[in-house]
Amino acid sequence: LKLSEWNIARVAMEDSELDPQSSSDEHDSCSASPNQARHPDGQGQDHPHTPSYLRPPVAGRAQSDSGSEPSLTQSKCVEFDLPSPVSPSRPKSPWSLFDPYDNNEDQDKEYVGFATLPNQVHRKSVKKGFDFTLMVAGESGLGKSTLVNSLFLTDLYKDRKLLNAEERITQTVEITKHTVDIEEKGVKLKLTIVDTPGFGDAIDNTECWKSVADYIDQQFEQYFRDESGLNRKNIQDNRVHCCLYFISPFGHGLRPLDVEFMKALHEKVNIVPVLAKADTLTPTEVQKKKIKIREEIEQYGIKIYQFPDCDSDEDEEFKQQDLELKESIPFAVIGSNTVVEAKGKRVRGRLYPWGIVEVENSAHCDFVKLRNMLVRTHMQDLKDVTRETHYENYRAQCIQSMTRMVVKERNRNKLTRESGTDFPIPMGPAVSESETEKLIREKDEEVQHANHEQESHHDQEHEAPHNSEHSEPDQEKH
Amino acid sequence: AQCFEFPLPCYSSPISFSFINHLVDFSYVGIDAILEQMRRKAMKQGFELNIMVVGQSGLGKSTLMNTLFKSKVSRKSVLATSQEKIPKTIEIKSISHDIEEKGVRMKLTVIDTPGFGDQINNENCWQPIMKFINDQYEAYLQEEININRKKRIPDSRVHCCIYFIPPTGHCLRPLDVEFMKRLSKVVNIVPVIAKADTLTLEERDFFKKKIREELRSNGIDVYPQKEFDEDAEDRMINEKIREMIPFAVVGSDQEYQVNGRRLLGRKTKWGTIEVENIAHCEFAYLRDLLIRTHMQNIKDITSSIHYEMYRVRRLNESNTAVTQANGIPEHHLSAHEM
Repeated sequence: LKLSEWNIARVAMEDSELDPQSSSDEHDSCSASPNQARHPDGQGQDHPHTPSYLRPPVAGRAQSDSGSEPSLTQSKCVEFDLPSPVSPSRPKSPWSLFDPYDNNEDQDKEYVGFATLPNQVHRKSVKKGFDFTLMVAGESGLGKSTLVNSLFLTDLYKDRKLLNAEERITQTVEITKHTVDIEEKGVKLKLTIVDTPGFGDAIDNTECWKSVADYIDQQFEQYFRDESGLNRKNIQDNRVHCCLYFISPFGHGLRPLDVEFMKALHEKVNIVPVLAKADTLTPTEVQKKKIKIREEIEQYGIKIYQFPDCDSDEDEEFKQQDLELKESIPFAVIGSNTVVEAKGKRVRGRLYPWGIVEVENSAHCDFVKLRNMLVRTHMQDLKDVTRETHYENYRAQCIQSMTRMVVKERNRNKLTRESGTDFPIPMGPAVSESETEKLIREKDEEVQHANHEQESHHDQEHEAPHNSEHSEPDQEKH
Repeated sequence: AQCFEFPLPCYSSPISFSFINHLVDFSYVGIDAILEQMRRKAMKQGFELNIMVVGQSGLGKSTLMNTLFKSKVSRKSVLATSQEKIPKTIEIKSISHDIEEKGVRMKLTVIDTPGFGDQINNENCWQPIMKFINDQYEAYLQEEININRKKRIPDSRVHCCIYFIPPTGHCLRPLDVEFMKRLSKVVNIVPVIAKADTLTLEERDFFKKKIREELRSNGIDVYPQKEFDEDAEDRMINEKIREMIPFAVVGSDQEYQVNGRRLLGRKTKWGTIEVENIAHCEFAYLRDLLIRTHMQNIKDITSSIHYEMYRVRRLNESNTAVTQANGIPEHHLSAHEM
């Protein structure tokens, strides 16, 4: 799929439609001259958004802000032109990219100018690019690969070889990763799809989610190491941000394997349940299944990804959309890589003798809802929840278990030593309290509760490990 | 004809892409919408900025802060008395304000350092300042390694230190050199020529050139540091700035009528100095640099370079101390990679 070509063609069209108000990340430049020229004010100088050190210097003469000279040429500013990631065809929203000071009434007011901060932040992110890791899980043949291809308009599974039944008997659950770089309107996304071929395909599927859970934990662990390491310049974030779990449309709601999988993973990753191959169901059947599945999710205490609640100051449309989103779980999806002709239009869909299923028709399936949610509205939130909740939980557990290990080790060492002077206290002037010591001290109480019989007679020593005065007499006691 | 029981939803909200349109978009996934998501999040959270001002008393530090942020954010403004006494030792005073502009909220903290350079013997007067800066890094580090971390660690690290050079017109003083030499290693320093209305343009240019030479010959890297330019684009913009620093500034919180407009300035018998007029002084450059264009960059350099250096140093210190003293086998610690 030639994304780049298409974008180029589009850009030519966009320039001519540009609204003078919709300049982009303009704050390091006089934005693209055509915009400026159309600006009713007509002058390139002394606008609050043009940094003064980038305006050509005007020697000697006093200028006041009651801009009088249109003599300032704009050509000198063009060298600082930055690429514009704005999409003018999208309806203007309060949040779309624009120069916060670029309107007439603001020219006269006295602004400090820091409302450009969000643009400064976003400019940096555009340069850096984003990443997103999506996991797909579910039995074979539920349309996972097709859906992924449809969602991101890629062909990740081009050379895939499908195994037959015999080959599948010996297959274990694999974890495969495909990475693709997508760029749209100047924004770069490094998308990683984690697939779980073999899941649920064996005769005995006991604990087949284990390798999936292990994979997720491994990514957390790697990130934890990187984050705690010395060189944190280019940490790669491979943590799984979202897991699409495919529920078969052929059952009566959730199957035991579905429940087990989701319960095993719901505290490690954001689970978004998806009702696969929804074109085998009529709308009524879809509704009934959705309700049943939602009930069962509740009943079994499965914590799927929750959409954040709307702020009270959002507009009604947004709230409505948000409500619809919450009521669409699980998303009834249909995927397709092929384009068919329907009523003179070309649509992405599936051709049947009885009609054409259009993937991007919201009356046919929830594909559009899912894509919008995943990519256009909730991608940041999915990453945030992964980072702030799932990863933090993992990290806390990890530290606790490490601390227990360290404490046990120290106890073991102490039991075998003779002398009383080797209680470890780093007392250098440069180090008031090392991290390990602090962690150990903090978690000691919890560890004590857990291993009380072993620890009881060590208690006194552990209370103030960094205070050498206490340890000596205690050691003697022991 | 099939019977559809779903109502046709309406997708005309600002964020989503309209599909009522017949133009089916074959190649647009919509990933650029992530920028808007980030923006919303940033707007909701608000920003933090911590600026320190350092310089002898009477150089107009508080006035400049007020001028920069167009409100009374400096220490002086919250003083009950207008009496200004030079303290016997250097004090570090932090004042925070929540300011908002165009929906963007910022928690601005101005850290003043009264007493700096005012004593008879100014030996080591930079030490309390260095300690303060390092203490902020330490506080952040402690939060970061905590087991139950806050979602958003409060950032009290000093993002930028504005150093006020008195307008002697000759060259830097030994105190200036010593201070900037040491502090430029731990914090972003933005030197400014204070009260620049006592210098003519020629004197100003000469002074600036001299200062730049001295900074160079003493190996002092002020913001924007050459080694942190990320790409050609950055370098181009930052070179322009490096050729202009230190900015010669004049501050004022009084307004005067000039050409029918009310402007911040200083009125004298021989004319009115307009603070925001770049023909008069370079305040506007400073403001644009600090606030409108490089604010985020200043914060990034603080967190990804200065703070990281501090962290590495601390981890190395504690690592050697802990392994020496504890006799704990190395592999137990390696998991935490300290």
